[in-house]
Amino acid sequence: MAAKKRYAMVIDTKLCIGCGDCVVACKMENEVPEGFCRDWIVESVTGVFPNLHMEYRSERCNHCSNPPCVHACPTGASFVDDESNITLVDPDMCTGCKACIAACPYDARYVRPEGYVSKCTFCIHRVREGLDPACVASCPTHCMHFGDLNDPESNVSKLLESRPFKVLAPEAGTEPNVYYLI
Amino acid sequence: MEEFITTHRMNPDIDPVLTIWRWQVSVYLFLGGLTAGLLILGALSVLQRRKAAPTAAQRLLVWTPVVLGVGLFSLFLDLEHKIHVYRFYTTFRVTSPMSWGSWILLLVMPVSVLLIAGTMRETWPGLYAWAERKGLRGLATFSEKRLMGLARLSVALGVALGIYTGILLSAYGARPFWNTAILGPIFLVSGLSSGAALVQWMSRDEREHRLYTRIDVGLIAFELFLIGLMLIGMASGPERQQAAAHLVFGGELTTYFWVFVVMIGLLLPVLLEVFHLKGRPQPRFIAPAFVLLGGLIFRFFIVEAGQLTTWIGY
Ligand code: SF4
Ligand code: SF4
Repeated sequence: MAAKKRYAMVIDTKLCIGCGDCVVACKMENEVPEGFCRDWIVESVTGVFPNLHMEYRSERCNHCSNPPCVHACPTGASFVDDESNITLVDPDMCTGCKACIAACPYDARYVRPEGYVSKCTFCIHRVREGLDPACVASCPTHCMHFGDLNDPESNVSKLLESRPFKVLAPEAGTEPNVYYLI
Repeated sequence: MEEFITTHRMNPDIDPVLTIWRWQVSVYLFLGGLTAGLLILGALSVLQRRKAAPTAAQRLLVWTPVVLGVGLFSLFLDLEHKIHVYRFYTTFRVTSPMSWGSWILLLVMPVSVLLIAGTMRETWPGLYAWAERKGLRGLATFSEKRLMGLARLSVALGVALGIYTGILLSAYGARPFWNTAILGPIFLVSGLSSGAALVQWMSRDEREHRLYTRIDVGLIAFELFLIGLMLIGMASGPERQQAAAHLVFGGELTTYFWVFVVMIGLLLPVLLEVFHLKGRPQPRFIAPAFVLLGGLIFRFFIVEAGQLTTWIGY
């Protein structure tokens, strides 16, 4: 069996212009119901005038290595894919109890109109075919990168080696796998 | 620092603040706690066997499956995918408090029914006669023989149930206002207090009435102490927890907490009970009614407060 993959997204905040193409691409690719988002753009302004720092971040489920959503799920509907770290929801098992939503520090999940929980899947259907997730593929500035962190030769591993980066709310202890180059 | 979402993420019940759990969950947590309280007090009374006459605590046992049933129905109403409710019982997830809870509830139901069957000959002769007519005498005899064991098991299950209703929330590291280990004990004490209030209300025996009034005064005092500890712990904790504590120290829920939870839900009933013990006349139901109302308000408050506190500010 091939070694388990640790998929990660590495997003360059220096290049992101907040255009929202990734958000649109996701909605189209995954037929996200109207009014819902699996990914979104955050505009962040920090510092005190005149030393202000501004960044755009494209955010989504972090496919955490220590996923509290999966731990909280009473039915096993939320699970980690066997071959990778991608966290998924099985609609056939989900009761809509929302324990996983309460457990996610990033508010990455929502309840679909049908009653089960849904969120970003890292476009696992595309990844299995060797394609990048739709958001990554659509980014006009090429600020988003996708790959396997268990492979030291992958583009994402190399980017994290060569550039300073951060993850969101690391104190929450979830070990997120979406990285932001800063 | 200012951060906001520019492509409008307006996921229903997630934005602008989490509102995934509403009255259904609060009502369930309250009734779950009340069940725990009634079960523990009733079972303890069985274990003591102080008097021959059936105590109100024992008589009230008959309501435990009913109260729990209504609570579970309320929880069921909260499920977004109701048709899959059986999925709780096709697996056991050791890391999920909700999974633990589902199985504890599954045990509480039959055990409380057996405890009723074992005591009803004295507490509810009418029910006993009915059961006899339906050919259920064997059930009563079975339970009567094992009454002490059943009572001990009931105390243990009641404690587990009471604590679980708090752990269910406190296990969420993602919600700083819930994420405090003391929430389990607080919910247990609050459930016991609700149970004691109901016994006090329903008791026809003056000594028992006063006893449970005194017990309830102690429980409410203890609950106030624990809530105080929780807030002190939060306010002196890491940044996120401090921000959570701010919710009741100047933040959005300050009035709600101090006026409704503390003053109306805890201080008022405890004062009424103390006055009552000191012999000031007042209608018998007033103090217990406020205790029960206070328990319900407290659940509403906690469920909302947790959802208002997060790790991310947008
Ligand atoms: S970001 Fe949230 S939903 Fe995604 S894996 Fe982490 S905890 Fe789970
Ligand atoms: S809502 Fe569904 S996926 Fe989420 S915890 Fe409940 S059963 Fe699991």
